[in-house]
Amino acid sequence: MGMIEGATAIGREVANRGFVLASADKLVNWARTSSMWPMTFGLACCAVEMMHAGASRYDLDRFGIVFRASPRQSDVMIVAGTVTYKMAPALRKLYDQMAEPRWVISMGSCANGGGYFHYGYSTVRGCDRIIPVDIYVPGCPPTAEALLYGILQLHKKIHRTNTLYSGWGESA
Amino acid sequence: MTSEKLDRLQMEVAARLPGFHVERLADALVVHVTIGSLLTTMARLRDDIALDFKLLVDLAGVHYPDREIPFELVYQLLSVHHNHRIRVKLSVKEGELVPSVARIWSCSDWYEREAYDMFGILFSGHTDLRRILNDYDFHGYPLRKDFPVVGLVESRYDAVRGMVVKEPVRLGKEDREPFRQSP
Repeated sequence: MGMIEGATAIGREVANRGFVLASADKLVNWARTSSMWPMTFGLACCAVEMMHAGASRYDLDRFGIVFRASPRQSDVMIVAGTVTYKMAPALRKLYDQMAEPRWVISMGSCANGGGYFHYGYSTVRGCDRIIPVDIYVPGCPPTAEALLYGILQLHKKIHRTNTLYSGWGESA
Repeated sequence: MTSEKLDRLQMEVAARLPGFHVERLADALVVHVTIGSLLTTMARLRDDIALDFKLLVDLAGVHYPDREIPFELVYQLLSVHHNHRIRVKLSVKEGELVPSVARIWSCSDWYEREAYDMFGILFSGHTDLRRILNDYDFHGYPLRKDFPVVGLVESRYDAVRGMVVKEPVRLGKEDREPFRQSP
């Protein structure tokens, strides 16, 4: 029965559009989420918590996450710490050097909105003033689990994106 | 430091640095020097066997806006051999040149750069007096009491110009305006 129903659905697709769309998006998204290489951008105490997430107890390797020290080979930038005005141009330059598709996780209060140093003279009041951010992880610093949860949220976000098939032609 | 140790050190200092105002605190000894006597005093403190302050632990600037001489430099010295410490204070006017002690303790190089960066205190004989912590094009001296806490400029990325630009600080909410003024 299942096969016949499936065949009918394919038949309908062919009748409607003249071709069949398989879920290549899912394949692409699976590939992207399975090996997200973050660029190490540790700026303060959050970086230590990021290292904990990478070490044996939480072990980011399980998710295919391997820290790269080069923006050219990275998919995601984890901004872990206080971004100062002196650092801001370097942060933007590194983001610009990353190949697309690229994502940004803002980790901790300082990166999210300046944190303790919001009213300071040298701190960027949120790294989203410099680069576009996908996921904000709250905390000061966030625990390794919180960062892990943020990474899994980013996975969900990537799974929602449709790079190849944007939904056109769906029963209008 | 114990008070017996302080007594001994105070006697040594009084004998070797006559004419200087030596202040005795509960747990520390403070020598007040002048700009003219700074280098000779410091060399004496380092080289005299009984004093032997081979280590400059810290050099800090202080801003007292109500004083006639508004700035103060505080040198913290340590003798590892005798295990005693001393504090040296120096009052500095705005724009006055202070001789660098980098010849005596080479580690003072970065401390003096920091005092210049944060307070605008100038040092003569320093080989590389640049800002050390703040941004390269930073204006003003942030640890002076008349410097606004939130600063003067802030950065953002300008997508049109494709670069990080600096603009005057705009906090955007009226109730946050008090932060603009220093206490």
